[in-house]
This record gives sequence, structure tokens and C-alpha cells, in this order.
Amino acid sequence: MTTVSMTVNGKAVTAEVEDRTLLVDFIREHLRLTGTHVGCDTSQCGACVVHVDGKAMKSCTMLAAQADGAAVTTIEGVANGDLHPMQKAFNDNHGLQCGFCTPGMVMSGIDMVNRYKAEGKTLDEAAIRHELEGNICRCTGYHNIVKSISQAAGEM
Amino acid sequence: MENTNYHKAASAADAASLLSGAEDGQLIAGGQTLLPTMKARLAAPSDLVDISGVADMRGVTVSGSSVTIGAMTTHAEVAGDASLRAACPAICDLAGKIGDPAVRHRGTIGGSVANNDPAADYPAAMLALGATIKTNAREIAADDFFTGMFDTALDEGEIILSVSFEAPAKGAYAKFPNPASRYAMCGVFVAQGAGGVRVAVTGAGNDGVFRASDMEAALGSNFAPDALDGTSVSADDMLSDLHGDGAYRANLVKVMAKRAVAAIA
Ligand SMILES: Cc1cc2nc3c(=O)[nH]c(=O)nc-3n(C[C@H](O)[C@H](O)[C@H](O)COP(=O)(O)OP(=O)(O)OC[C@H]3O[C@@H](n4cnc5c(N)ncnc54)[C@H](O)[C@@H]3O)c2cc1C
Ligand code: FES
Ligand code: FES
Repeated sequence: MTTVSMTVNGKAVTAEVEDRTLLVDFIREHLRLTGTHVGCDTSQCGACVVHVDGKAMKSCTMLAAQADGAAVTTIEGVANGDLHPMQKAFNDNHGLQCGFCTPGMVMSGIDMVNRYKAEGKTLDEAAIRHELEGNICRCTGYHNIVKSISQAAGEM
Repeated sequence: MENTNYHKAASAADAASLLSGAEDGQLIAGGQTLLPTMKARLAAPSDLVDISGVADMRGVTVSGSSVTIGAMTTHAEVAGDASLRAACPAICDLAGKIGDPAVRHRGTIGGSVANNDPAADYPAAMLALGATIKTNAREIAADDFFTGMFDTALDEGEIILSVSFEAPAKGAYAKFPNPASRYAMCGVFVAQGAGGVRVAVTGAGNDGVFRASDMEAALGSNFAPDALDGTSVSADDMLSDLHGDGAYRANLVKVMAKRAVAAIA
């Protein structure tokens, strides 16, 4: 067993977990924040994406112990009273159908907008499609997801 | 995934002693290969030694044309390093094509080189750039380092600290990604520098990354895509699997090599 301490959505948490505990299991099973999803066993779908120290990472491919001392943001932590512009954009553009992939899409969307802004690069449609390489959606055909991220990029 | 004992190393020496004290210990860097392997129960190390906290194993140093990249430097850090881009843009482009953004935020050059996946990108860069792999015990030339599929010259418990190379005058990497996994079906790194032309191929060979010496000779006398017309790649030396047979991959090697040369000729 190992003791992990981190900040999740601004709140300090400490727990005793098995060393093999994945960050996603820590978030879902220990903290009961079930917005972060698990869509695959092979690190490919991106449903589990969270931000660790401000960067998008697959929480299914990280140990909770590796996040010790880090600041983690999950989908539950992005709204600030009102919906985050990225969440609102998914709502406005019908950027989801079943919604299973959506938490990961929103977290990856916020991450790509932040990175492109920091580097002063334009996030056009081709760039969004390329940036979504690690997020799989089996419902929408991606079109409205791309539209949503594009709208939010203009508002963030 | 089986349980394991997690340790965080404070230094490379600490990591080495934690490894030697473990029954079946393994280093964990970004975990983007090791954790999926453990989740699939293809690996079950008794102990994991995390080297992500070892500060002097991280970062890029460029001095003139000499480049050193710490083993714990992530793919995203390599892709985004301005001084490295000025010296050797091809390796930044290569790093930016590995997997997806989340994988690039964690995966490291040391982990990729140590793993020597036959479809990984960095081994082609190391071989074409004539890089030196520095470990806690010695320095190993890339030509001697990659010894076959998932196999390297690393001894048990040996730790990669950094890789270094002289930036070539010209370099380019052309990758044909597998549409599902994004790993290379074929990736060709071409470098033209003081030591001549070096061409390294990943993703295609049935014994992992390799140098295409007849392509190097052809490009040495005429650095142009057409110079590769007369060269041949044997389908028998290629991987043949559900993604593509040997003849398909042999053709891809030539097409990717031409694209890389065309980008810089
Ligand atoms: C969805 C997905 C897509 C991917 N696509 C690509 C791709 O397109 N191209 C590509 O090249 N790769 C790809 N990868 C693999 C990725 O690049 C990995 O990050 C990389 O192969 C391993 O680096 P790591 O830091 O994650 O290593 P880990 O997974 O932590 O370790 C890998 C192995 O290397 C050993 N090791 C790690 N660091 C050291 C060191 N310093 N010294 C000695 N041994 C060490 C470990 O013990 C382990 O055996 C992909 C991975 C995923 C999950
Ligand atoms: S659940 Fe993490 S990538 Fe699929
Ligand atoms: S909306 Fe159903 S998986 Fe994306």
C-alpha cells in the first residue's frame, strides 16, 4: 500500500491505495467522481483524459502514485458556476450523442485550445481533427465535436 | 493488473539500487508502454521504480550542433523545444507524430529507445543520427544499441540517462502511420551530414529498426529522390502481418525514403 496526496479540482485529498491503483480508479472508486470514463483497456480511446498539472493525460495509463503531489482537474472541475465555454459549445453544437466519450473530448478540447493559445498558433479544423487522434467517439462521426471545439476556441 | 511495489527514485543511483534490491523490478518512465503491457498482464514486475523525479535526466541541451536529450524528456517537450527545432527540426517533427497529445505528455525518449518496439519512431532517429546512448554504466553507439525486435544492448538494470548526437546539415522523417494504432507501418529517417548520408527504417523490418545501406550509397552519390529508383528492398526481410504483407512494406520503405529525401533535397 502507498499513501497518495494530491489536489483534485482544487481540493486536497489523501488516501491509502494499493500500489497498482490506476489514477482513473482512484478518481472513480475512491473519490466517487464518475464523470471520468473508462472506454478501453488499451490506452487508445481517451474517455479517461484528465489534466495533471495542466496537461491532458490518460488517467487509465498512469498510477495514482505517479500523480502524488500533482494538481488534477477532472470534468467535474471545469465548470465555474456556469458551464465552461467548452461544455457550452458541446451543448450548443450537439457535440455528443450517447455522451460516453464527452468528458474526455471536453478535457482534450480545453487542453488543445490552451496549448495553441500559449504557442500563438491557430487551431483550425484540420488541426482539431489531428489533435483528436487520441479520442475515439463511436456515435457522432466527429463533425459536431470539431464544430464545438472550434466555437470554444473562439470564446476561451 | 497484478499488484506491484511502487518506488520513487531520487536519483539514477538510487534507481539502480532500488532495482538491484527488487526481485523482478522494472523502471517506469512515462508508463505509456509499460502500463498497457501490465494491464494486459503481459508483464507483472514485482517492483516499479519511477524515475520521473530525477531532475538531471530531463531536458534538452543544444550547444552549437551538439544535442543532448535527457532520457526523461517527454515527446511533447522534444516536439516543442525551440532550440532543438533550430538545430534539428526533423526530430521535433518525429516526436510530434508519436501517438496522440496525451501520450506525448507522458511518454519519454528514454522509454521509447529502451523498449525498441519494431514500430516505434525514435529508434529510426537514433540510428540515422548516429546517436550515442549514455547509460549509468557506459556510452553505446546507436549502431550497436538496437540488437533486434524489443531487444537492446542494455544489461539487466542498466539505466539510460540521455541520448546525444551532432545535428546533421539536413534531416527528415517520413512516417506512414497505422491508421488504427498510429505506430509506424513504416518510418524512414534520412540524415545528411559531415559523415555522409544515413538512412534508418522503422516499422517495416522483421528484425526491428535497420539501416538501408544501398539507399545510403545511392543518396551519397546523388542526394535526390530519383536516386532511390535503382535500389531494392527485399520483401523477405520485412514484417508480414494483418496490417500489410512483406511486399507492401518493402514498397512503403522506398516511398517513405523518397518522401523524406524530397522534403530536404
Ligand atoms: C495510444 C498509444 C499510441 C502510441 N503511439 C506511438 C507511436 O506512434 N510511435 C511510437 O514510437 N510510440 C508510440 N507509443 C509508445 C510511446 O511512445 C511510449 O511513450 C514509449 O514507447 C515508451 O516510453 P515511456 O516513457 O512511456 O516508457 P515506459 O512505458 O515507462 O517504459 C517502457 C520500457 O522502457 C524501460 N525504460 C524506461 N525508461 C528507461 C530508461 N531511462 N533506461 C532504461 N530503461 C528504461 C521500462 O523499464 C520499460 O521496460 C504509443 C503509446 C500509446 C499508449
Ligand atoms: S480508458 Fe483511457 S484511453 Fe481508453
Ligand atoms: S457520443 Fe457516444 S461515444 Fe461519443
